Amino acid sequence: MKSKVASLIFLSYFWMIAAMALPPPDPEFVLRGTAAPVHTLHFSCRGQEPEFPILFSGSANGLVQIWNLKTHRVDKTMDGHGGKSVYWVETIHGRDGLLSQGRDQKICLWDLAEGRNVVTDSISVDSVGFCRCSLLKVAQDRWLIAMPANDPDEVQVLELPSKTSVCTLKPEAGAKLGMPMCLKLWQPGFGACPFLMAGYEDGSVILWNLSMGKMLSRLACHQEPVMSLDFDSEKAKGVSGSSEKVLSVWSLDEQQNLKVHKTHELINSGISDVTIRQDRKILATAGWDYRIRIFGWKKVKPLAVLDYHTATVHCVAFSDHSRPSERLLAAGSNDQRISIWSLYNRT
Amino acid sequence: MSDLLPVVQSILYRMNKALGTGMKSTQRFLPSTPSFPCSWDRSCQCNSSSCLKVPSFCLVKIVDILEQFLREGGLSALMWEVCQQQAQAASPELQETLLNKVVCLPDHLSNKLQGENLPIFLPQNYFPLLGTEIIQVLQRISDSLRGGLDCSISFVSQVLGKVCVHGRRKEILSTLVPCLTDLTKSDCIWQRMCWRLVECVPDRWMEAVVCGFVQTAPGADVLSRLLGNLVVKNKKAQFVVTQKLLLLQYSCPTAMLQNLLGYLALDNSRRFLLIKVLQELMETWASSSAVKHSPVEQQLYISKAILICLSHLKDVEIDSHRQELFTCMMEGMKCHLDSNLPRIRCLGMIVAESISSRINTDGPILKFQYEEDDETRELKSLLTQMLSPPSVISPPDEGKDSPSAVTEAELKPGRKPLAAACAVSEEGSDSELDSDDDFIPYDMSADKELKKTKAPLYIRDCIEVLTGPEDMDKWEATMRVLETLIQRNTAATQEVSVELAKVLLHLEEKTYIDDFVELRQKALVTVTITDPIPVAQYLTSQFYSMNYSLRQRMDILDVLALAAQELSRPKAPGKNKPSSIQTPCIQILPGSDSSKDWRKIVDERIKSKTRRFAKGQSQVELVCAPNKFSSVAGHFFFPLIQNFDRPLVTFDLLGDDHFVLGRLAHTLAILLYFAVNTVVAAAMGKALLEFVWALRFHTDSYVRQGLLSCISSTLLSVPSDRLLEDVTEELVETQAWLADVAEKDPDGDCRRLALQNLLLMENLKKKLETAPS
Repeated sequence: MKSKVASLIFLSYFWMIAAMALPPPDPEFVLRGTAAPVHTLHFSCRGQEPEFPILFSGSANGLVQIWNLKTHRVDKTMDGHGGKSVYWVETIHGRDGLLSQGRDQKICLWDLAEGRNVVTDSISVDSVGFCRCSLLKVAQDRWLIAMPANDPDEVQVLELPSKTSVCTLKPEAGAKLGMPMCLKLWQPGFGACPFLMAGYEDGSVILWNLSMGKMLSRLACHQEPVMSLDFDSEKAKGVSGSSEKVLSVWSLDEQQNLKVHKTHELINSGISDVTIRQDRKILATAGWDYRIRIFGWKKVKPLAVLDYHTATVHCVAFSDHSRPSERLLAAGSNDQRISIWSLYNRT
Repeated sequence: MSDLLPVVQSILYRMNKALGTGMKSTQRFLPSTPSFPCSWDRSCQCNSSSCLKVPSFCLVKIVDILEQFLREGGLSALMWEVCQQQAQAASPELQETLLNKVVCLPDHLSNKLQGENLPIFLPQNYFPLLGTEIIQVLQRISDSLRGGLDCSISFVSQVLGKVCVHGRRKEILSTLVPCLTDLTKSDCIWQRMCWRLVECVPDRWMEAVVCGFVQTAPGADVLSRLLGNLVVKNKKAQFVVTQKLLLLQYSCPTAMLQNLLGYLALDNSRRFLLIKVLQELMETWASSSAVKHSPVEQQLYISKAILICLSHLKDVEIDSHRQELFTCMMEGMKCHLDSNLPRIRCLGMIVAESISSRINTDGPILKFQYEEDDETRELKSLLTQMLSPPSVISPPDEGKDSPSAVTEAELKPGRKPLAAACAVSEEGSDSELDSDDDFIPYDMSADKELKKTKAPLYIRDCIEVLTGPEDMDKWEATMRVLETLIQRNTAATQEVSVELAKVLLHLEEKTYIDDFVELRQKALVTVTITDPIPVAQYLTSQFYSMNYSLRQRMDILDVLALAAQELSRPKAPGKNKPSSIQTPCIQILPGSDSSKDWRKIVDERIKSKTRRFAKGQSQVELVCAPNKFSSVAGHFFFPLIQNFDRPLVTFDLLGDDHFVLGRLAHTLAILLYFAVNTVVAAAMGKALLEFVWALRFHTDSYVRQGLLSCISSTLLSVPSDRLLEDVTEELVETQAWLADVAEKDPDGDCRRLALQNLLLMENLKKKLETAPS
């Protein structure tokens, strides 16, 4: 009898979920203690046995912190940029290495293996812009890194670890693109020729062919600088956000032409970061209006508006947990907090 | 053929005899199966019917003959005979009798035969038959006219007129009009005959015939073909068309109006009538007495007629009557906009807009703001319907379009299906994939535009912001947060309640907020609830003071009524008001209470879905709380009712500002309604009855409605024994007035309310009668 009542209650609860819009969820937990606005986040949750999920954060005071997601505490704090803001971190060699880009015009390569945390190498970046780098693994122990170059409108692609220049992508004279604002390296399949998506100051997104070093397609999808973009190479579809009220979704056809697929009007203007989850089902945006927005990736259907932060959200990142149900979303904000959310991960 | 008439005469004689006397003898005859020479299956009918009443043999015989007569087209032969005779000389008595018999045959027969009547004699069959017979006669007359012989049509006209006046115009005209429409299409002799047919109808039957034609004709052109210039020739018809159908009644459907006015407009010799009609309509429309005293439906009807007239007028005619139309428009607009009924105001606006758009071809035209609904759209369509000439060219246009489409399709036959197939497959795959990422969205209603400014946290700060220098963002944020602030800090509010009420009452919308009016009203209501006596005193005193706009005075009334409602509503002690608006866009409290929401929602859902076997437990207990309104009701009510008859310089309740008076009456009714079960209710009821008595003959229907609802709430709220003790005389007087209103008031709502009140009184009386026993 008791179980029957319980199942009845469960059923009614189930129907309630099915029938009405639930209030948006609260964060799973919140990481405090960066003591400065958080500018970049990167998860590393896979590959270790037993699983030992960590989160790298880079903040405005130049520190890179490693957060233990089991204990919710800082494991390590690394200072390599002389107090200048860190705005991009990415792991290399599993989690034994880390790249961090700072406002001191340096990209540091950290050795984290066996508990070390020392800068083993660094690349100097000539650009003074805000453009984050992009890293792509092209072979075992061989990476490509795209970064803004010396000339204000150029992008440089280096090979790591050799640091040799692969190519420099320079727009034609008179294109008036302005500075690159965001980069995304990708390749259609492993071992294939890599491409670069770059968003520029004038609001256009450009597809570069790296082997030929030439522009394949240009799409003017925003009126304002493109703040962030992400590209789904499987569906040949990408998304970009700018300082306007619009989220733009574009697609790449077989003739390598970019065209606008859909635009989504937002309530408030300004998107500082946009990320598609690895399973290509949802995407998250970090808004200047303090809110994180979740969309379904297929139709760009709005799913949730997460209103927790009290200042501009700078970055969003999805975790790479091997079990889909554990996957998390992290957002770092100007209010010095990192919020961790668990959303749409029951499949 | 020519010897038919004597035969008919003899038949008539026998008929008279049989019909007149036969019935009496019927009862005496025994039921028997009469053997009929005729082979009709009448006998079975007789057999199967009840044995109580069997028609006499004589009667049956006569009926048989009559039926045969009708079936063989005897009627047309008869009428034709009379027509021929008439052309020479005729005996009026015979004609009169024949007319009577022909028209009243179904009545006579059904009287005689009762249940045994034959289908052919039923009115719904007989009159259509008569219609076709009339066509036959007309056919013969036209033949004879073509043959050069003279013929009179007046007997047929008489038949038609008499049938119509006997209320059978629908039956007869439904067959007659389509036939005549067809026949008159291209034949001028038929047209002339048709005109003559209508012209010869005697005056006393003219109205019925004309109405019938207007009703049944499918369009204005047909009507014009059938009636000719009847309205010019015949005074009676003119009266019916130009006065009776338009000004003296309002039951015709719009299509009929269009027929009628279109008919007037179609011929140049009749157009002067159209202008005359328009003038008369405009006069009525512009008369303030008509606006006040005629029912809304009639005003709608007149408006429709005006719009149709306007659509028919030519520019030249408008030019010559521009000044006249303009004066009428201004006058009518004024008295329509003066009205308290929104529907009448709206009617006035539409008609005035239409007139001005027609008379001002180049200058600026009137433009009003009103809500579009079916009625306004219908009215507007009336004006445009005729202005655009009927498009006859559209079918060829379509024809032009379709071949090009076909050729386009043919040009690339190979590619299209392929593309279509692609699209289909793509869509198919899409929907298939969609199934797995069918995520359920969370509630996103909180996603509003971000406000940069912070709302004030204290009531005094709010007053400062609202009165202080202009900071629009802050001002708006204050407006949004005010209600919650007042609710949260009752004590702080009570210190400044009157000041706050004053600020709010004088508040103007400095910047556009979509729900400013609502926000201000809510804030005022909340202030009134928090500190009822001082604020109510302030508001009621302001209602009768100088220098307020009518809007503000009505705001005061609304606030008092809403506050009374809130105060009288039982509330759970210690719980905040449930209807408080949430202001999610302004973050006053950073703490989120969504977990509580979640719990509440789940609990409620479980409660509603779980089936419980023990009844009665799960029901929500009604919260008992003292009626907070009872102690303050007097402060709300009496100051308002005191001064209504003292005019101020800017405010005259008994004069022009009757709209506010209507609102006042409604508000007083509401206040008394919420004061039910309080001590002061009896005194309030007495005062209210006196108020009603003073104003009972007010000309405005909105005011009268208010008064009637005052009486309702008096009857409902004041205890019945007090009513009987204190105000017996007033009640008796009121009852007499109510009976008068229920019978004679032009406004439908007033009549309804009065009836309801009478019913309430009746119930009261019954209750008193049953109580002692």
